[in-house]
Amino acid sequence: MDKTASYNDTVVRQFTIMTVIWGIVGMLVGLIIAAQLMWPALNFDLPFLTYSRLRPLHTNAVIFAFGGSALFATSYYVVQRTCHVRLAFDKLASFTFWGWQVIIVLAAITLPLGITQSKEYAELEWPIDLLIAVVWVAYAIVFFSTVAKRRVKHIYVANWFYGAFIITVAVLHIFNNLAIPVTLTKSYQIYTGVVDAMMQWWYGHNAVGFFLTAGFLGMMYYFVPKQAGRPVYSYRLSVVHFWSLIAVYMWAGPHHLHYTSLPDWAQTLGMVFSVVLLAPSWGGMINGIMTLSGAWHKLRSDPIIKFMIVALSFYGMSTFEGPMMSIKTVNALSHYTEWTIGHVHSGALGWVAMMTIGSVYCLLPRLYNKEGMYSTKLIDVHFWTSTIGVVLYAVSMWIAGIGEGLMSRQINADGTLTYAFVEILASKYPYYGMRLIGGVVFFAGMIIMAYNVWKTIANEKPASVAVMEPA
Amino acid sequence: MDINDIRGLLTALLLFSFVGLWIWAWSSRRKADFDASAALPLEEDHYMTNNGRENDR
Repeated sequence: MDKTASYNDTVVRQFTIMTVIWGIVGMLVGLIIAAQLMWPALNFDLPFLTYSRLRPLHTNAVIFAFGGSALFATSYYVVQRTCHVRLAFDKLASFTFWGWQVIIVLAAITLPLGITQSKEYAELEWPIDLLIAVVWVAYAIVFFSTVAKRRVKHIYVANWFYGAFIITVAVLHIFNNLAIPVTLTKSYQIYTGVVDAMMQWWYGHNAVGFFLTAGFLGMMYYFVPKQAGRPVYSYRLSVVHFWSLIAVYMWAGPHHLHYTSLPDWAQTLGMVFSVVLLAPSWGGMINGIMTLSGAWHKLRSDPIIKFMIVALSFYGMSTFEGPMMSIKTVNALSHYTEWTIGHVHSGALGWVAMMTIGSVYCLLPRLYNKEGMYSTKLIDVHFWTSTIGVVLYAVSMWIAGIGEGLMSRQINADGTLTYAFVEILASKYPYYGMRLIGGVVFFAGMIIMAYNVWKTIANEKPASVAVMEPA
Repeated sequence: MDINDIRGLLTALLLFSFVGLWIWAWSSRRKADFDASAALPLEEDHYMTNNGRENDR
């Protein structure tokens, strides 16, 4: 049988399964550190269990292991289906899978050992950074070679978003991690002072903008129409959405450095671009949600659609909240408080995780030639655990964060601070508990998902899928 | 010509590109291409049986 006659779904299956596994691992570490904030003794006085070492493990695991695997899986699936061609370079695609898994394992070893560059979301030391660069370039070669040999005329919009994500992450990763190695586990950044800070948040915010937004918008533009059974609401709007989003996101980074030694004009520039970002973000959200226009009844019967529509709603909420928080006067209240944590998680759990979960439920049965998941009822249960979990998380952190901000700026008549640090901490304590409950509920849904996935694919021999002839 | 002229020109260029993008995307000549593209996610897979023949599920 001619191999090019079928799609390469092996690598898609591998990444899809690892998405579920790394999701559980990453969120479990999140639960542990949420519990440590309530009960610090839970680190058992062991260095590798301290909050400072587990927190980067949590963020790396959920963003790069869970989110990354989901992006690899769906981009490889989508690019083949929408280009009517088998994925380029089987061996290189396989290398991206195994390479990415090795990177994740190395991260899981080095971060608890305290080996870190101390740059947020870029903690991994230089040998791992080099491996990431190699795997990422391989990913770009596989993806763009597949696009290049497509047998349809136009490049579907999802591929534009995936492509922008792949190119930008390569640029961000390489330039933010330029460092001079001293030993195998220690290096020094080439940037110093405020330039280092600006590079870090140029990277940091575009990791949000391109890894956690553009990539997942690619997922949205394929799987929402797929699951809804109707084309995207406005293809023209998706083109404008793409170009305006990527043009504007790149400049928003300085809002992470308000009221620091970063020059004031740069802070204002970051603020203005962040506010402008509301327009393309909401254009995309409306485009996704309106795809269901005329088929709203599906929300009643299809929990996968519910996942996607709630994900888009959270996308809309967090892309309103983000621009608002980037306004300097609002930021003066919100920065360095729990509000930021709440904002991040309404984006990460509400948008990224729920869009991923919906897409995996849509994708997995197709990868195993099945009509659907083992249990639709369990998808519905998972939907409610996810929704309730995120809401508990976001609301508790809003209350804790806004309270924290207000207490921090309270000043007595003689100019002294009204509240000591420990008083502010005590005020947040109940909300740490509420957040932990939200996290446990969300995590419970992931366990249900793992069971549902297992029952769907156990003992299944996947059939290969014929490459579609060009229309 | 100082730096502010370049800033002004760049701003104007970006503004015109943005307006141009809308005109391009909304032009009726794009419609057939866009409709064909928008239909791509709705295609269903054809699974192959062991002998390599295509088989609708």
